[in-house]
Amino acid sequence: MENLILEGSAKTPTVKFDAGNGVLELKGRSIPENSIEFYKPLNDWIDAYGTSPKPNTIVEIKLEYFNTSSSKCILDLFKQLEKLNSGNTEVKVNWYFEEDDEDMEEAGEDYQAIIDLPFKMIEVEEI
Amino acid sequence: MNQVYEIYKKLEERNVLLSFKGMITSELLTTILQIMESKMDHIDENPKVKKKVFNILVECLQNLYHHIDQDDFVHVPAEERSALLMIAKIGDSYQITTGNYMKASDVPVLKEKLDLVNGMDKEELKAYYKQVLSEGNMSSKGTAGLGMIDIARKSGEKLEYEFLPINDRTSFFSLTVKIAE
Repeated sequence: MENLILEGSAKTPTVKFDAGNGVLELKGRSIPENSIEFYKPLNDWIDAYGTSPKPNTIVEIKLEYFNTSSSKCILDLFKQLEKLNSGNTEVKVNWYFEEDDEDMEEAGEDYQAIIDLPFKMIEVEEI
Repeated sequence: MNQVYEIYKKLEERNVLLSFKGMITSELLTTILQIMESKMDHIDENPKVKKKVFNILVECLQNLYHHIDQDDFVHVPAEERSALLMIAKIGDSYQITTGNYMKASDVPVLKEKLDLVNGMDKEELKAYYKQVLSEGNMSSKGTAGLGMIDIARKSGEKLEYEFLPINDRTSFFSLTVKIAE
């Protein structure tokens, strides 16, 4: 299947969903007024990927900022991946946050508490 | 006194970095965010503070944007569809103030939400955010009912607000968010 590559903008993140190696990356900022529109193709891609996934799926979340509209869409994305995890792929989430960015660290912990997927919190100097 | 000078002095007294009054569009939102980012970069703002201000500003602006986007505002006078935004820096702390008209009948629900959020401490806000995030539904406009909770959580201060009745069907809502270091 085709990879999903979207270039980032002032309000939307860079998307690199690679069906070949099972690495799904979101990077940058996700602050659109209405995020449903932006996330729909991502959900569709994951649905298609779920029919023949790699044995290991790594989700790389490298967000600098996201708004509350996106937070709900990101949750839905994790829920989709949660379902895949019980099938024929093992899903792991790497949640990146910048040094001292407690808000982003906490946001990762919030998802970790809601979603039944293994989360690894990774502190980096700069995203 | 000269009227323009009067407005200028008032903005200066309040230490306003940026102010805007008018229609809130998606493009304007992008521009305001870019201006604030470069202003904070220019003064070498602490990255932690910068992120908080940016995050809260996004939510405040998007509240205004979604509010004004409401269909029931299409038939009201143009002035009631515009909003006010002021960003001030007093000492080391930032203040974001917004003002907008709203339907008087929507005031009780918003007031209840603001009081609820203001009555919560850090841990309660975290728990409430998680609850609304996992149980709440998203509107077709892409709002998740999380804005005020997120603003309160990130600001670390109580939200200051006022509802000023304009007439039977309209009130003016003002909100000030302080960003503690």
